[in-house]
Amino acid sequence: MNSMKINVLVQRDDFTLEINTEIAPSGVTAVFGPSGSGKTTLLRSIAGLINNTQGSIRVNNVVWQNETEFLSTHRRGVGFVFQQPSLFEHLNVKKNIDFGLHRAKAPMSPKQIQLMLDLMGIQPLLNRMPWQLSGGEQQRVAIARTLVTNPNLLLLDEPLAALGDDQRASILTFFNQTFEQLSIPVIYVSHVKDEIARLANHLILLESGKIIGQGEIKEMFTSLDLPLAHALDAESVIETEVTDYDENFGLVRLNLAGISLHVASPPLTLGSHVRLQIFARDISIALEKPNNSSILNVIPVIIDSLKQQSKSQVNLRLLVGNSVILSRITRKSALQLNLKPGDSVYAQIKTAAICV
Amino acid sequence: MILDQQDLTALWVTLKLASISTLLLLVLGTPLAWWLARSRWRFKSVIEALIALPLILPPSVLGFYLLLALGPNGPIGRVVDFLGGPPLAFSFSGLVIGSVFYSLPFVVQPLQNGFSSLGRRPLEVAATLGASPLDQFFSVAIPMAKSSFITAGVLGFAHTLGEFGVVLMIGGNIPGSTQVASIAIYDHVETLEYAQAHALAGCLLLLSFVMLLVVYGANRRYSVATP
Repeated sequence: MNSMKINVLVQRDDFTLEINTEIAPSGVTAVFGPSGSGKTTLLRSIAGLINNTQGSIRVNNVVWQNETEFLSTHRRGVGFVFQQPSLFEHLNVKKNIDFGLHRAKAPMSPKQIQLMLDLMGIQPLLNRMPWQLSGGEQQRVAIARTLVTNPNLLLLDEPLAALGDDQRASILTFFNQTFEQLSIPVIYVSHVKDEIARLANHLILLESGKIIGQGEIKEMFTSLDLPLAHALDAESVIETEVTDYDENFGLVRLNLAGISLHVASPPLTLGSHVRLQIFARDISIALEKPNNSSILNVIPVIIDSLKQQSKSQVNLRLLVGNSVILSRITRKSALQLNLKPGDSVYAQIKTAAICV
Repeated sequence: MILDQQDLTALWVTLKLASISTLLLLVLGTPLAWWLARSRWRFKSVIEALIALPLILPPSVLGFYLLLALGPNGPIGRVVDFLGGPPLAFSFSGLVIGSVFYSLPFVVQPLQNGFSSLGRRPLEVAATLGASPLDQFFSVAIPMAKSSFITAGVLGFAHTLGEFGVVLMIGGNIPGSTQVASIAIYDHVETLEYAQAHALAGCLLLLSFVMLLVVYGANRRYSVATP
């Protein structure tokens, strides 16, 4: 996909959604916002499931919708995963998957399908009816049913919201592996920040039917002008590469802009890319490199900006190479250390605080 | 054999009438029920009330108006006459038309409920999987509403079996053509042929019971299948 321009206006009695944006042509774009902010409405209008929208949607210079035309959902070639699995109750798992397969213009090859069904653990379920499956299994089938059609745009509407923690974790892992290999854009709606921190490349922040911020995830999570950096569980997302495994201590060494980070983790493939989520409250600041500290990860950073969070706390936006790290310290410390934008300082990250 | 030739003919006419009417009702009632289940037209309730009328209207009233409409001077009778068709009043074709009106709610209402309870989601899913609206209707809506079709078909059939007043008004009582079982029973009772009335009534009782058994059996199977 080359371009996707969305310009929609949905007006209801008590709610207006007004979006004018361009979606990244590849990678995962997450749409994040509180409930009632219009996330689902946006996704449904992209899919053509709401017909009283105004505005225009153009994909690769093909008009999906404008003042005079409206391309029906079944002609848009989008894949849509709903919050509820919504399997066809009268068809078994295999026939549910075949439903989209038989109607798709350029579906996955049989070999790709086998691989995916294996990866998702669906093979043993193929002859079962939907009511014989658990909620997590149903949602896995619904996801597979969508993916086999090889859509040119994948839309997911809170796909994990109805699931328990275990099932959520296993599907998240699958998404992580799968989305990387997809060449199509993915739009992922969620109100769970953790899912977005793990999966998204780009982020659209929605509030009361309007976009309040849009950009790369590392920027959106750490921009001190946006609400995410001021949340109680504010965090930063950084990309690293596996360089080493210390078997003695069970630590994986990761490379972040030439600096080593240690993470407690089972061995990981050398050279693979790992995304880390680090909570702002787990990062403290020192002016000099401490020598006798229990904290393993001390990295030199430059203060990009700082903003008062509350009477007692300050958020710091720190730069290291291309990455941005968010730190939250007391206002008192910030004053005592006399921290200013442009200062070179050391960020101390508690090893245990990094989740792979 | 207690049933004589005329009774057997009456039974045959009844079954033929019920089968043809049910078939017509399913063909006509399905799109109507689909439309009623999905339309947001503000005067939809007028149509719904009209369809439900035969539930409460005395059959003789319905039969009277149908007789006027189907008669040689009635609107339907004139159109059919103009097109070169046969006279409808006191004919089997007239009975079929009457039965379709008479049993309409028994077919449309279960179907409408069935379609409504599906909700929009399965159709939306089908659309995102590339199914056109017609395709959604045939490959999702109809199979998912299967138990409603069984209910509608059996109720329509059974209700037409028991038709009396309407048939008497527009069909008369012509053996071999418009005499149905329920009227034949009446005739037997009038002439004090209780044995024959018993036999015929027993047939209808058994038939009706078996059909209702099918409806409830089918619904039970489906409700067990989808907890």
